[in-house]
Amino acid sequence: MMKLNINGEIHSLDADPEMPILWALRDILKLKGSKFGCGKGLCGACTIHLNGQAIRSCVTPLAAAEGSELTTIEGLSADGSHPVQQAWLEHNVPQCGYCQSGQIMSASALLAYNAAPSDTDIDTAMAGNICRCGTYPRIRSAIKRAVEIQEAK
Amino acid sequence: METISQVNRRQFLQFTGLVSGGIMLGASLNVSGQANKLIDVPPGTPSEALAFNLFVQISPDGQVYIVVHRSEMGQGIRTGLPQVVADELEADWQRITVVQGLANNKYGSQNTDGSNSIRDFYSKMREMGAAARAMLVQAAANQWQVPVQECFANQHKIIHKPTGKNLGFGDVAVAAALLPVPKLAELTLKSSDDFKYIGKPVPVVDLQNFVTGDTEFGIDVDLPGMVYASIQRCPVVGGHLKTLDSKATKAVKGVLAVLTIEPTPLPAAFNALPGVAVIADNTWAANQGREKLKLEWDAGANGTHDSDEYMETLKKSLQSDGRVVRSKGDVDRAFDAHTHHVSAQYTVPYLAHAPMEPTIATAVVNEQGIEIWTCTQNPQATRDAVAAKLEVAPEKIVVHVTLLGGAFGRKSKPDYAVEAALLSKQLGGKPVKVTWTREDDIQFDFYHAISAQQYKAALNENGKVIALEGRTAFPSISSNWSLDANFASDGEVSLGFVDMPFELDNLRLQTHRADTHIRIGWMRSVSNIQHGFAINSFVGELAQAAGRDSREMLLELLGSERMIDLSQSGVKKYGNYGEPIEKHPLDISRFRAAVVAVTDSAGWGSKTTADEGWGLAVHRSFVSYVAIATRVKVSKGKVEVKEVHCVADCGLVVNPDRVEAQMEGAVIFGLSIALMGEIKVKNGAVVNSNFHDYPVLRINQTPAITVTLLQGSEIPGGVGEPGVPPVAASVTNAIVAAGGPRIRDLPISGHLLV
Repeated sequence: MMKLNINGEIHSLDADPEMPILWALRDILKLKGSKFGCGKGLCGACTIHLNGQAIRSCVTPLAAAEGSELTTIEGLSADGSHPVQQAWLEHNVPQCGYCQSGQIMSASALLAYNAAPSDTDIDTAMAGNICRCGTYPRIRSAIKRAVEIQEAK
Repeated sequence: METISQVNRRQFLQFTGLVSGGIMLGASLNVSGQANKLIDVPPGTPSEALAFNLFVQISPDGQVYIVVHRSEMGQGIRTGLPQVVADELEADWQRITVVQGLANNKYGSQNTDGSNSIRDFYSKMREMGAAARAMLVQAAANQWQVPVQECFANQHKIIHKPTGKNLGFGDVAVAAALLPVPKLAELTLKSSDDFKYIGKPVPVVDLQNFVTGDTEFGIDVDLPGMVYASIQRCPVVGGHLKTLDSKATKAVKGVLAVLTIEPTPLPAAFNALPGVAVIADNTWAANQGREKLKLEWDAGANGTHDSDEYMETLKKSLQSDGRVVRSKGDVDRAFDAHTHHVSAQYTVPYLAHAPMEPTIATAVVNEQGIEIWTCTQNPQATRDAVAAKLEVAPEKIVVHVTLLGGAFGRKSKPDYAVEAALLSKQLGGKPVKVTWTREDDIQFDFYHAISAQQYKAALNENGKVIALEGRTAFPSISSNWSLDANFASDGEVSLGFVDMPFELDNLRLQTHRADTHIRIGWMRSVSNIQHGFAINSFVGELAQAAGRDSREMLLELLGSERMIDLSQSGVKKYGNYGEPIEKHPLDISRFRAAVVAVTDSAGWGSKTTADEGWGLAVHRSFVSYVAIATRVKVSKGKVEVKEVHCVADCGLVVNPDRVEAQMEGAVIFGLSIALMGEIKVKNGAVVNSNFHDYPVLRINQTPAITVTLLQGSEIPGGVGEPGVPPVAASVTNAIVAAGGPRIRDLPISGHLLV
């Protein structure tokens, strides 16, 4: 039995420690906000936080998560009130929406350690998250807006 | 006859699995004003809701349920169509619930492709809203015993004008639903001056769910007792399994079964590809088990297909006799008379759709019938493909449409749903979810056609084009249904080729033979991709050869403001995106307006540094007009796209924010094609496998994008696709202006660093 701390709750699960966190979240724990996009850490759709750092859960095995704190989109805020989520709403960022939980988790990890990212910082931090719909211009502007919301809080 | 049918809700819901003893009152307005006897109410509509027509239900508490019968894949249709209904209904947007329609022919076409949803259903949705409003107003007038002319609807209320008294929608819903459905001719539609939602940037209805991760895409479907499938398919179209050793697979923890999917004879249609499915109790175990399969395939006749060699075949085909699809004047004589000739060949490789959510379907197949949950653009085709393969009546099949994590045309082909149904049947009715990996998505797509084109023009001494000949060759989508299809279809030729908008006395356009060896499919804007690229590139080349400004050359070629009549130049079948030409003419004034607006927006002609330059392109597709101006920097063998201006004239716009978003997305999709998109085939199998070798644009490669909307018509045009075709040529033209090479073979990454 493995014990995982996900969104502040301890979950016990009987799973292969080699299983990527993504599939344990989705298929076993039924936390399906994190998405599958590539299975190789190339697209960022599965991004979650491990001790506050953005990681690709499709290539990170469960074994790496034991004793750590995991945060998924479901746990980023209780009600969608995180500054990044608020900015995403204001800028109508999503199109199909599929990659957006990964985008939001990458953006929130960025703002947690860099409260005033430059344009280059934003592009660098978000370059691992693909959006095939092409919401990048709005992601950029929403991250800047999230900085303002975060400052005002 | 218009009658209200009173039907037990259980009858309505016989395919939905919802249980309700309530009575519902239904009448459905179809185009002729006839009432349908049965209403098929999708899940998500509460049992107390009253049906006013196929698309509108209102419950006694006043909540309005609007059915969206088209698929949401990021274009915002779950918001756009309800905006139209709610506006005519005079409903309060805050009291709208959007319900996703099941596969049902009564809705009309549900095939969410061809940038059709608003242009085909704008009028119908207005009628649906107006009909329900008329019934509510009549019911209130009846209750007050006043003339109906004294009553009107406003913000979810019916108001009696002389006295100011009012009733809520919910107060009269029951009485209203009992009234006859008004005839189409009796409906009064709102004046556009009174629109409250149409033309407004209403946020999408799923927005809050998107940002909290609380959504149901195809991948999120979860049924009790569900098992997970991962399928290794035959890498070559037309091949089949020779040997299978699944011993190591069956030893993987969590693997439950190994099943085979038998081949279906070609043509490919939407059939499931032959393959070996590993069934497990989670997705990862299924994938692990699949990696341990030992398989041998017989590749069949397509096993020698090689995309590089095939491109040479296409180029040769351009030199053979073609089929003339449009001809005017005497091109050969003009070429003899004017000796300044310019000619060029352009190629575009195979392309994959690569939506962020791969194709995924869940199915339950048992004696009661078949139920499918899937991210499909085309629920009726999904139903029909499964019905045909499993030999079940289509009425026995329910197709639930989830949200689509992108689609771009891939999810209009339901081969993946057929797979899920075949596997559930083999497992005795167990729910099965088939999840395609990214590798599956890249390697088993219906690809955008590889293409070659050749253009030749004669210029006079003033640098004016006197004659032009264009040739195009690419494998046809029709090959999915006919093995004899070895020329582009009339429909494909209609996509930005035969409707070339230039004012020329001598013009000849022809298609050339192209055989098919892999599955070909629609991808966002379809053949407009290669035609928009080549024709706009050639305009750039002509300007350069004549030593003229490319904007001036483009406007001169477009010529006078006029409506083009293609029948005058021998075009027999012009598709015009399914629209009557009188309603959506080929309008040169709209082309010109888009070009002028985009060059104004970009500051065309302003000085750039020596290593920077602007490129221009314009294209009409899906009866909308889009012009693009792009600024690039070319330095040390690397191109950087700095800035893109997009002007789109899509006619009447329902949701300007979503139209702008579609244009931003189309520019980015077009940049992926221009800069880096290329699928390679060797020995009949696709070589690429994931985003490392089939890259798509990332945020750090994304330029600043400015979108301007023009409204050249009171009628809506297409939105999802028309932004794509002009992008690539705007970039390659800009590269030349920046001192770089003329790139005629996409992608640009084959020539410059990107």
